[in-house]
Amino acid sequence: MVTEAMNYVFPNDAHAHWTLMIVIYPYITGIVAGAFIVSALAHVFNVRSLMPIAKFALIFALSWLLFVTAPLLNHLGHPERALNMLFTPNFGGPSMMSGFGYIYMSYSILLIFEILFIYRYEMVLLKEKSSGVKKFIYNVLTLWTNDRSPEGRKIDHKVAFVLGAIGIPLASMLHGYVGFIFGAVKTVEWWFTPLMPIIFLLSASVSGVAGMILFYIVIKKITGRMDEVSTDTIKTLVKLLWTFFILDFLFEMIEIAVHAYGGTSGWHHISSALNGPLEWSFWTMQVKVLSIIPFFILMYLSLRNVSRGVLMLVAPLVSLMLLAQVLFMRWNVVIGGQLMAKSERGFATYHPLWFEKEGILMSIILLVAPIVTLWLLSRIFPLWESESDREHSA
Amino acid sequence: MRTKITQEYIDRDRRSFLDKVFKGTIGGSLMLMIPMHSPLFAEVLNEEKSLKDTIDPMNPNANYCFIVDVSGCIGCGNCCVADRKENDVPEGQYRTWVERYVIDMMNKVYVDAPHGGEKGYSNIPILDTIKEVKEAFFVPKLCNMCDEPSCTQVCPVAATFTTPDGFVLIDKEHCVACGYCVQACPYGVRFINEERKTADKCTWCYHRVRKGKLPACVNACPTGARKFGDLNDKESEVAKIYYSKSRLSVLKKELGNEPQLYYIDLHGEVV
Repeated sequence: MVTEAMNYVFPNDAHAHWTLMIVIYPYITGIVAGAFIVSALAHVFNVRSLMPIAKFALIFALSWLLFVTAPLLNHLGHPERALNMLFTPNFGGPSMMSGFGYIYMSYSILLIFEILFIYRYEMVLLKEKSSGVKKFIYNVLTLWTNDRSPEGRKIDHKVAFVLGAIGIPLASMLHGYVGFIFGAVKTVEWWFTPLMPIIFLLSASVSGVAGMILFYIVIKKITGRMDEVSTDTIKTLVKLLWTFFILDFLFEMIEIAVHAYGGTSGWHHISSALNGPLEWSFWTMQVKVLSIIPFFILMYLSLRNVSRGVLMLVAPLVSLMLLAQVLFMRWNVVIGGQLMAKSERGFATYHPLWFEKEGILMSIILLVAPIVTLWLLSRIFPLWESESDREHSA
Repeated sequence: MRTKITQEYIDRDRRSFLDKVFKGTIGGSLMLMIPMHSPLFAEVLNEEKSLKDTIDPMNPNANYCFIVDVSGCIGCGNCCVADRKENDVPEGQYRTWVERYVIDMMNKVYVDAPHGGEKGYSNIPILDTIKEVKEAFFVPKLCNMCDEPSCTQVCPVAATFTTPDGFVLIDKEHCVACGYCVQACPYGVRFINEERKTADKCTWCYHRVRKGKLPACVNACPTGARKFGDLNDKESEVAKIYYSKSRLSVLKKELGNEPQLYYIDLHGEVV
């Protein structure tokens, strides 16, 4: 039996190449996909209890969507050439990454049209109450129409329904695809599994739904309108979150279990990483603190008839934990995979700095920017269900 | 854009060949007089010492092959120095490197490559903890020029590609430096060039081969451990080895990349 006596990595691979930027890129994309699924459940599957946040979900998705490419552009050595991905895509490979450019673009167009159709009638009404720049913006967004007829509204809803229906597979693809970008790299044992797109899709749904719960309650709290928060909506979201999370966690663990049972040399490398440099971020944080505890909390909230006060306090907390769980999962996948050196004889290193170009501060800015954007967008698009929506759905 | 090979190119090479023969004669005579440690000695070594006529730069159907004879490598690091100079590789990044393997009597494997082996190993002692050495050898590493390269497959902008005669190259004017190819390469030969901010790697000195010259590292190897040539040329050294040696092997065969870089006497421990 030959044993390794030294940590050796190939000289070009001493440090991880993909930084925090590539950790937050799938994180942001996941929130977009997850939030869209919530809105689709309301608009397409007509889940009544989700109606109060159906519009919020779309604007929430848009505010994050605008920042999907920001970390990527910051990471590229030549960001000015980024459009090469659309103009000279490598379909011969084919390259998963260039495919993402097209899916992202199609999804962006679809989401914007979905929002324009859902909001058209309301914007026509708002136009009259506003003036100046705001009126102009509404005029542009509604293409100067003042149509308030019931027939017009019917068409709006029909188009929004169709777009929503197309959007479900597209949003799923958007994030499943991100999983594929990692899952298709055969050189990194930790990434190379067909489960990767599924895990990414499910964790996307988890982060999206958790984001909805957290921001729904926090925004209402800040604006002093907690009484408007629908208990029914939160209860539905909590059950949805629990379901997605069970599946997500199940697949995460299945992946580990199959690898471990197989016990190939690849697993020896993975296990030494999971019990070495990744021990805290994987076992302690991702699995124990941020998965097992939220699982029981969500079970309690879903199965027991808890009071409104408890629900409004615990639901955002557990959502925050799951948002962190998904972030840890992204870290463990993206950084973890790179730490497992291709020399098969040790680990590369990665220690992000606060003030470097792709460092911690930049990541925080990129994660806060969508929230600021959400606030800006809310000046144009009222986030919540309006009187006219309720009339219509009734 | 690919360089057009014209008669002019070849003529120019003929002139430089004669020039180098002349300089080589003077250099060779000087070598007899100047002590080994003199810096001048290194200068002389850097000259083209042999331009073999085995490469036909005009042949688009050439089937180029690189063979490394592991037992021939003495870990001097000349190849790495020549490569850095030839290809202007930034400090701390490596188009080629030489690994040192030491296996002790307890079958423990010690692998290292300080400075990518560039400074040679004669002044870098092995670990004190190694009591008795069972086996020790050096393994030069460079681009494997895979027939099924995973780096070109993943490139989102098709900036990296395979030439008809099998060179995997990078268009540095087109590369966006996303780093996907760096992740995809099983051999760790790719890196993001710190100065150019684009992907970079060993090209088997495509620019030299196109002029009928050997890759810089092959040219600099004092023991002939690095061999390069056209497999279609049955008289070439690589063809003779390729069609006779049964102990040729490639790295990470199980990944299916079909490397065109072969090793003679490769130890099973080498990854």
